[in-house]
Amino acid sequence: MSESVFPQTGRQESIAQVSLSQPRDLWRLLSLPLLLFMILPLVALLWRTTPTAALQQLGQPAVWQAVLLSFQTTAATVVLTIILGTPVGYLLARHQFPMRRVVDTIIDLPTVLPPAVAGLGLLMAFGRRGLLGGALDILGLEIAFTPLAVVLAQLFVASPYYVRSAIAGFSDIARELEEAAALDGAGGWQIFRFLAFPIARTALLSGLVMTWARALGDFGATIIFAGNYPGRTQTMPLAIYIGFELNLDVALTLSVILIGASFLVLLTVKWLLRRTP
Amino acid sequence: MTMMKLPFRPSTRCINRPAPGGAPKFISTDSENRRPRIESRILGLFLVIMFSAAALFGCASKTSLAQGNEELTVFAAASLTEAFVALGDVFHAAHPTVELSLNFAGSQQLANQLSEGASADIFASANPAQMDIVRQIGRVEKKSVQVFACNRLTVIFPADNPGHLARLSDLAKPGLHIVVAAEAVPVGAYTRSFLDKAGADPALGPGFRQGVLNNVASYEQSVRAVVSKVALGEADAGIVYETDVRAVEDGAIARLTIPDNLNVTATYLLAPLVDANQPGAAESFVQFLTGPTGRQLLSEYGFQTDCAGKP
Repeated sequence: MSESVFPQTGRQESIAQVSLSQPRDLWRLLSLPLLLFMILPLVALLWRTTPTAALQQLGQPAVWQAVLLSFQTTAATVVLTIILGTPVGYLLARHQFPMRRVVDTIIDLPTVLPPAVAGLGLLMAFGRRGLLGGALDILGLEIAFTPLAVVLAQLFVASPYYVRSAIAGFSDIARELEEAAALDGAGGWQIFRFLAFPIARTALLSGLVMTWARALGDFGATIIFAGNYPGRTQTMPLAIYIGFELNLDVALTLSVILIGASFLVLLTVKWLLRRTP
Repeated sequence: MTMMKLPFRPSTRCINRPAPGGAPKFISTDSENRRPRIESRILGLFLVIMFSAAALFGCASKTSLAQGNEELTVFAAASLTEAFVALGDVFHAAHPTVELSLNFAGSQQLANQLSEGASADIFASANPAQMDIVRQIGRVEKKSVQVFACNRLTVIFPADNPGHLARLSDLAKPGLHIVVAAEAVPVGAYTRSFLDKAGADPALGPGFRQGVLNNVASYEQSVRAVVSKVALGEADAGIVYETDVRAVEDGAIARLTIPDNLNVTATYLLAPLVDANQPGAAESFVQFLTGPTGRQLLSEYGFQTDCAGKP
């Protein structure tokens, strides 16, 4: 970014640049404390982990099992979120119906509730003695203490981020466009597939990334609903917590992996979103 | 691209959509002008409530410690919760100037916190290993550590017994869901020793230990998490301290006794910290806990106190 204070003729923004350069330094200075505060713990984690120790920890089954399980379950959560969340987003963005505001608020609820509440709620609903426990038992389905429970916990706490973003994306589409498409003979599905979906793609993608990141980091809902068993329900956050008590190197290694993976994915998506107009 | 085949190009993203309900855009500007004011009013109200709540609590906590009272911070194992809360009330009645601040967690978490420099006056650990960690970093002196109570393990199961447990050997039945504490938690370590002992027992057979471990559905973070999951009926059985059975009062769980020859004794150790803020109050709390009143209260909560003394 150019920081020249000299006015450059022929460029519209140069005038604004001159008048803004003083305050901008001030804003930079004022931004520094929070940025430092956020960077420092990340640096400290990297500082405490040596590459050789990290590689050594990766050889442990508990570590790579946690990494594998985390990526498998979050992938399943993301797929389920697309399938189940897209209709909800489209419905709330495009249609008026009674109790719409209540439905909209229900979508927001998981993002403000403590994850432990989500875990308890899921246990009361899908546990063996839960509301659906009897029905699930007849079907021969066991959810608690299985990877499926991990996915359900993640879906509950993380899918609202995608739905919220999808509502915003679909709402931005001009009604006239859809009406024009309908006039030209496009059916409801065609309008969604060729018009609404491509236009809202940016919003959908960024919402999906938030969902993935939130799912990857979930601890409270998972440990209460799914329990903690290496290779089955022990995701990275759970292994970090256990590692803190049993083997600090494991916790540090997994933390660094989590930070690295999250950072790379978020950065890649930001880059992709900038490229596609 | 399939999009190109269509007779329309969805590229005009800047078209203003009429407000929901069909109202034209120029009318809605009025409500847009009004909205920020309402929002800032809501925000203002929110801030006022938050600040007054903070001020209120701030005053409350200040007054409670105002008149030269001492605050005694006790770090105690999670399994001591009920007993220490009751003990704290009795102690406070005898020493009104001492405010007790009790911090309950898994002993391993407490030891970790103390290693990282957390400030406390007394540490009560559910096993010697965690006390050793704090002793090795020099925050507790060896001569001041003493055993003040003991506990034993028991098998618990939901009252309606979904796993049809009748005897100890049933724990190895295939298909059972057992919940135990993680190895880092003291009760988890004791559970391992019990399984090792049981595996060597001819009556239970060599397959018992592995059979039980195969049935483990989850390694929980604290003994109370194990109790909760069994009381909720999510697990068929769990292994906890005998004293934990008393924590569930509504008869949701039943127990299966582990015989003495296989059982493991958990020893609870107590020590004032070298760098205690209130060494005097800490000393009187230790004396109270190991004295007749303390012992009696502990045994009321199911702890054994005949093992008390030097480790």
